[in-house]
Amino acid sequence: MNGPVPVSLPSGSEAATPLVRVRQVSKFFGSFRALNDVSIDIPHGRVMCIVGPSGSGKSTLLRCLNQLEKIDAGAIAIDGELLGFRLQGDALHELSDAEIARQRLKTGMVFQRFNLFGHLTAIENIIEGPVTVLKRPKKEAIEEGEALLARVGLASKRNSYPSQLSGGQQQRVAIARALAMKPKLMLFDEPTSALDPELVGEVLAVMRALALSGMTMAVVTHEMGFAREVGNELVFMDHGEIIERGDPRVVLDHPANARARDFVNAVIK
Amino acid sequence: MRDHATPAHRDILDLAGLKLVPRRYYGRWIAAALILLALGYILRAFAMGQIEWKVVGQFFTAPAILAGLVNTVIMTICAMVLGLTLGVVFAVMVMSPNPVLKVVATFYIWLFRGTPLLLQLLIWFNLALVFPKMGIPGLFEARTVDIMTPLFATMLGLGMNQGAYTAEVVRAGILSVDTGQTEAAKSIGMTRLTTLRRIILPQAMRFIIPPVGNEFISMVKITSVASVIQFSEILRNAQTIYYANARVIELLFVAAGWYLIVVTFLQIGQFFLERHYARGIGPSRPSPANEEGKA
Repeated sequence: MNGPVPVSLPSGSEAATPLVRVRQVSKFFGSFRALNDVSIDIPHGRVMCIVGPSGSGKSTLLRCLNQLEKIDAGAIAIDGELLGFRLQGDALHELSDAEIARQRLKTGMVFQRFNLFGHLTAIENIIEGPVTVLKRPKKEAIEEGEALLARVGLASKRNSYPSQLSGGQQQRVAIARALAMKPKLMLFDEPTSALDPELVGEVLAVMRALALSGMTMAVVTHEMGFAREVGNELVFMDHGEIIERGDPRVVLDHPANARARDFVNAVIK
Repeated sequence: MRDHATPAHRDILDLAGLKLVPRRYYGRWIAAALILLALGYILRAFAMGQIEWKVVGQFFTAPAILAGLVNTVIMTICAMVLGLTLGVVFAVMVMSPNPVLKVVATFYIWLFRGTPLLLQLLIWFNLALVFPKMGIPGLFEARTVDIMTPLFATMLGLGMNQGAYTAEVVRAGILSVDTGQTEAAKSIGMTRLTTLRRIILPQAMRFIIPPVGNEFISMVKITSVASVIQFSEILRNAQTIYYANARVIELLFVAAGWYLIVVTFLQIGQFFLERHYARGIGPSRPSPANEEGKA
């Protein structure tokens, strides 16, 4: 471990500490280097879109932010708190499972394959975390859950099981489930990749509204239109490295890096 | 193959109005008749044979038989509760990232699956030969023969043996649940054990219940093995009676009848349990699932 790295803010940004700070993170799967010395910030209220070919490490980066993967080197801090380790004296001590579970409360995650709990209805999926993990009173949790369902346009599907919902509806319930935990950061791992084309729009609409409400988001996606319109920053990854980043409109229209240019051409055409 | 094409002289529109005659299943009728015939023959053989059916009826509700029945049912339930509890605990231990728990559970499963049940029952029952006394030093102590009664030895023997098998059934059930469920549970801040209890096990039940129901039914009958260590379940009591009155077949039929009755009830219970844990499963079903769904 390299330990917590002193954070220097990129010039021109506001004085506040970014919500997410990723410093020199590397991750191996066996001998395969999934992430290679990745450093990046996400300021409060910003939407960062991560694009790149499959196997480029973009999903791995996202999963490291939620500690679904453990990093092998570097450091990640969310909301001023170092992930996975506690600094004691000169050493970083690994946190317990319970402490890691508590750290995950700061982030909500939306998966490519929705991963709704199959044995629970839409509303039960949403209140499961607040009631079981946060120990909120059930009545309150249900009221808030119903409000969230209305927010994603699915108030009428309250008592439907995931198997009775379309992919787009399942993904919207999954977004509501993540929001029910009141996270500071929302992670989206290719949220529309498993959807039929006609269902993509409804999910992107919910995400767009969420971005407008000021939520900090990291979105791994192939939807370049969404990245261009909603994203504040676009990050290109390839072979576990960030090869290009910047304003989405600039990066997508005039990629400086040759590999990024090839990718943009292939995806947009 | 014969040609079933529309006859040339009739138009297809004419045929559309004709009566439809369903297929006839002659084979089924013949098979059913043959089976009934064979069944009748067997029943007649038993009715004419040297069985005093009156004696069967007489002993069906004899106090000793009913007491044995109660013991069989209680032992089945106790051994299965112990077996299921141990099974879940050891399945979770085997799948734990903790190497100590893993090794302990693997050893348990190896030991209890690796030796015959009959032998395990005999060892439990004869434990006094190894440890004349047992207890917690300073707190309490007792003679092992007083603790290892036939009832307690049977419960331990059957339950611990069952636990080793159930552990594998539960493990298979847990493995059948998609890993995405675990990741989603982690993402909303659940710990490993909460995830198991709230998310994984409820969904694994669907895969666990059919084999466990099967083992429950086996257990009803396996309790009869405990007759060798003098546990007075139904078969042993039936034997005790026929040693005295020599009505061997009659009393065996009494026991058989009761086993069938108990198993029938279990099978009905399994049906309802399976239906409960099937909620939320399957291709989009209309609302009945919603109506019984508890929020």
